[in-house]
Amino acid sequence: MAHGNGDRARWQDELYDLLRRRNVTQFAYVPDAGHRILIDRSLADPGAQSVALTTEEEGVALLAGADLGGARGVLLMQSSGIGNCVNMLSLMKGGHFPLLTLVSMRGDFGEGNPWQYPMGQAVEPVLQAMGVICLRVERAEEVIPTVDAALTMVFQGGNAVAVLLTQKLLGAKAF
Amino acid sequence: MAGYPQGVDMAAAIAPTEQVRGLKAHGFILDRREAVPALIGRHEDFLFVTGLAGTARDIAALTHDGAHIYTMAGAMGGAAMIGLGLALARPDKRVLVATGDGELLMNVGALATIAVLNPPNLAILCVDNGHYGETGYQKSHTSLGVDLEKIAAGCGIKRTRTVSDESGLAAGARLLREGNGTAFVVLRVKPDDPPPYKRNLDPAACRVRFKTALLGAG
Repeated sequence: MAHGNGDRARWQDELYDLLRRRNVTQFAYVPDAGHRILIDRSLADPGAQSVALTTEEEGVALLAGADLGGARGVLLMQSSGIGNCVNMLSLMKGGHFPLLTLVSMRGDFGEGNPWQYPMGQAVEPVLQAMGVICLRVERAEEVIPTVDAALTMVFQGGNAVAVLLTQKLLGAKAF
Repeated sequence: MAGYPQGVDMAAAIAPTEQVRGLKAHGFILDRREAVPALIGRHEDFLFVTGLAGTARDIAALTHDGAHIYTMAGAMGGAAMIGLGLALARPDKRVLVATGDGELLMNVGALATIAVLNPPNLAILCVDNGHYGETGYQKSHTSLGVDLEKIAAGCGIKRTRTVSDESGLAAGARLLREGNGTAFVVLRVKPDDPPPYKRNLDPAACRVRFKTALLGAG
């Protein structure tokens, strides 16, 4: 692991507080170890709606509906989930819907599982092709300022933004 | 090792050429142009999210493409989840997702996601004609034995009903409006065309129209 669990717990707790401070209320996810603290905090938070998805594209559509109702949401997923979202991103691009997604990367720095490389390496070109701005985070101290910037780009600037939490940040999973 | 099922000729099974044969026996008899408005009643009581093509035209014709509807013409499989996001954002409003069998089947896992949350202000109306009408009336899975009401019930949605003739319309209409939990109604209709209504196809313009009407210009 590039960082200890205590270090990750610290920035994930700060990240949850930041999202809630910026009025994010819908937390949608396919369960993922990289987002464990955000998911657990959303489940325990009576002011938030915690939405477990069966596939990530459900979350893209969910956040379009949240926006229609004047609410803000975030989609948490692993990089393989980006591949499940591609056509549903038509909705965000064509409809100018705001989209904030936090992506824990696989198939990236130090990956040992060969199955993770095809989608992991395709994440940025696929997202860019669908009009999603990618912001990579490699160091723990960059997480909060990057997501803070992304929140402004999404909910004030009206964009779709993916914050890529790289394996340099999260550490490669040991097998 | 078990073999694959034998004796099913998929090309013959999904062929559109014999679309009408046998459909009455399976309950595809209602006319959507009459049954959809009858089931919905006062449309001003709902915020609508629709699927593509058929249900988009059903609801656009019913509301004269009103500002309380968001119709799709792409991103197939998203209607139910857009409805969930809207229902969670606006617990003070009733949200009705009107979508087709093909659109719902494309992302049928959404029913599991919705059942777990069970928002009381959400209802899903599946206008089931058993076919992919927009692409030439090829049979969908619901013509071939798949029962969407059972899938919804199996996901855990407690308030479900299939309406296949006029006698079921009143109970189906009540289910769409009751607020004890998410409701799911399958409306079985003949594979006939929806109203030929020309709606606004610009997804960004429709978003602004919807949000302005619901939330105000500021």
